[in-house]
Amino acid sequence: MRFLFKTDYEDDIKLFPHSGYVVTYGVLLALLLIAPYVLSSYLMSQLVFVCIYATVGVALLILTGFTGQASLGHAAFLAIGAYTAAYLQKYNVPFPVYFLAAGLLTGIIGAMVGFPALRLTGIYLVIATISFALIVEEILARWESVTNGNEGMRVKALSLLGVAVPRDSPTFYFLCLAVLVLTIVGTLNLLRSPTGRAFVAIRDSETAARSMGVNVALYKVKSFAISAAITGLAGVLFAHKLSFISPEMFTLQLSIEFIIVILIGGTFSLHGAVLGAIFIVMIDPFLTYLKDDMPGIIAGIAATFGAGSATAGNIQSKVAAFASLNGLKGAIYGIIIVLFVLFEPLGLYGRWLKIKLFFQLFPLYKRATFKRQKIYVKSERNR
Amino acid sequence: MLDFVQQLVSGVALGCVYGLIALGFVLVYKATEVVNFAQGDLMMLGGFFAFTFIGMMGLNYWIGFAGAVAAMALFGMLAERVVVRPILGYPQFSIIMATIGLGYFLRSIAGMIWGTDDLKIETPFSQGVLRIGSLVLAYDKLSVIAATMILCTLLYLFFNKTTLGTAMRASSENMLAAYYMGIPVKRVVSIVWAISAAVATCAGVLLAPITFIHSNVGLVLGLKAFPAAVLGGFGSIPGAVVGGVLIGVIESMAGFYLPEGWKDVAPYIVLLTVLVLKPEGLFGLHVRKKV
Repeated sequence: MRFLFKTDYEDDIKLFPHSGYVVTYGVLLALLLIAPYVLSSYLMSQLVFVCIYATVGVALLILTGFTGQASLGHAAFLAIGAYTAAYLQKYNVPFPVYFLAAGLLTGIIGAMVGFPALRLTGIYLVIATISFALIVEEILARWESVTNGNEGMRVKALSLLGVAVPRDSPTFYFLCLAVLVLTIVGTLNLLRSPTGRAFVAIRDSETAARSMGVNVALYKVKSFAISAAITGLAGVLFAHKLSFISPEMFTLQLSIEFIIVILIGGTFSLHGAVLGAIFIVMIDPFLTYLKDDMPGIIAGIAATFGAGSATAGNIQSKVAAFASLNGLKGAIYGIIIVLFVLFEPLGLYGRWLKIKLFFQLFPLYKRATFKRQKIYVKSERNR
Repeated sequence: MLDFVQQLVSGVALGCVYGLIALGFVLVYKATEVVNFAQGDLMMLGGFFAFTFIGMMGLNYWIGFAGAVAAMALFGMLAERVVVRPILGYPQFSIIMATIGLGYFLRSIAGMIWGTDDLKIETPFSQGVLRIGSLVLAYDKLSVIAATMILCTLLYLFFNKTTLGTAMRASSENMLAAYYMGIPVKRVVSIVWAISAAVATCAGVLLAPITFIHSNVGLVLGLKAFPAAVLGGFGSIPGAVVGGVLIGVIESMAGFYLPEGWKDVAPYIVLLTVLVLKPEGLFGLHVRKKV
């Protein structure tokens, strides 16, 4: 076991607490850099989506995980970023300009949403952000001169320094990866600055934060703006990746998916956003795989356990029929959300920490280390 | 003028449905401080149960109705036991996510069992209209309005006059203190979920002739019921119905007098305005924050 001796505050807020971190993240980065030359084009495409979802996940973590302001409206910010890119691209605005413009515009709109949200907490905030997202969705469908309505907009391949970057090229992947890494590093820096400390203070107790001199209103609006701006940047990449955007892509469903990203990953650490993004993006190919191969595998197992070939065939067709049922994906989503909330509230990263601690303290690990405290007394209405 | 009255009545009927779903939100919120995002889906499931009893098994409408309400009350208890009870006392956001997950699950399962077609239940009110002068009122809409009024009154009396209702209000204010006072908090919560699922079923069955039953009906109407509950002040039973009626009227007026597109957005614009100007709603209690 490693003991870290910290002698001053600078030691405590180091990005890499010890050399192990440098090695691990260095290896990870190297793997990610050689990925486009090793993996199949389908997996690369999924990896780009992981980068985009993880960027949104980090944005949502800043707002929900660290400032404690739940939002079910992030699909709207993503949409605003995507549509800004598509609209400006029509007028031959260069990529770096509309990339930043999309971030700026979304940030401003985020701040505007943040102002009314100042008076709201808990469930009211969730409902308000849902309404905001629904209104944005309707505006996108109706403001035809700009958004082309329900017909959607084509997005041309982005061009960087005069060179076209197709959406399935390694360069596009590196761009997405760079945005993700910069976002993560930027967010880590933000979180160890006074602003980030203020965010966490607001999450833990608004009243306590205020009495310590934190300007709660200012920091909440800041948190909304930063989170929205990052989501807007991700939206630009999202638009380029899909090469076609229409209002029905940015529904409440997508907002819920973003929340699932951080819920499944873990809401207390940036690792959670990345793990959750991998989970959400990979669940689709995994379900397809199950649908294609599962019936055969189950029939094989049944056959080895002495079922006749006729029974095995029967089982195979039944499982296949079940796997191709409409809406199975929704049911699996629902079950996953409920199971994570009930049994793994700290998410995948929390599970990883538990496993790590188990081996570090080998015979002395206690379950209660990660136990959450239940609070029955508090009525949120009177808080 | 006639158009206006016609729109008003259909708005009130629609609003009563929102009100009924909002009642379900409010009941659960009043008793457990939990917001049930699957309320609309419970309504959808209730409608499907009623369809199974009435449409497929050919039972009498009223028997089928009662059967669906009873079955859904049991289902509400089951959902509470499995999904909500283990996480009572944890931050509200976990519970919201759990109920969202439950909603997803119910929607897909209903789609698998009953298919994705629009289903219809034959009711005694399906046909026939009431004519007052040149005003034409359909019985199915009037039945929704009447049922909402009755249910709202019953629930209001239940919460404010009976011992069980008082126990529910007590356990919502402070679960631990209520438990020390001898209130069986777990059973109270369970009963509240049963009642709210039963109310949702009433909404689903009454709505069946108007919007038909399909697996997404709960999501659509559930989202419209939020503005209703917030407008009335989350936690007030008459408020939920009044809020629902207001939202319904606003929606149908916006659909009639404003350009296309406003109809779907109007409830949310109202909601945001209310949240900004008067977050405690029309009938809500305003309480100072405590440390």
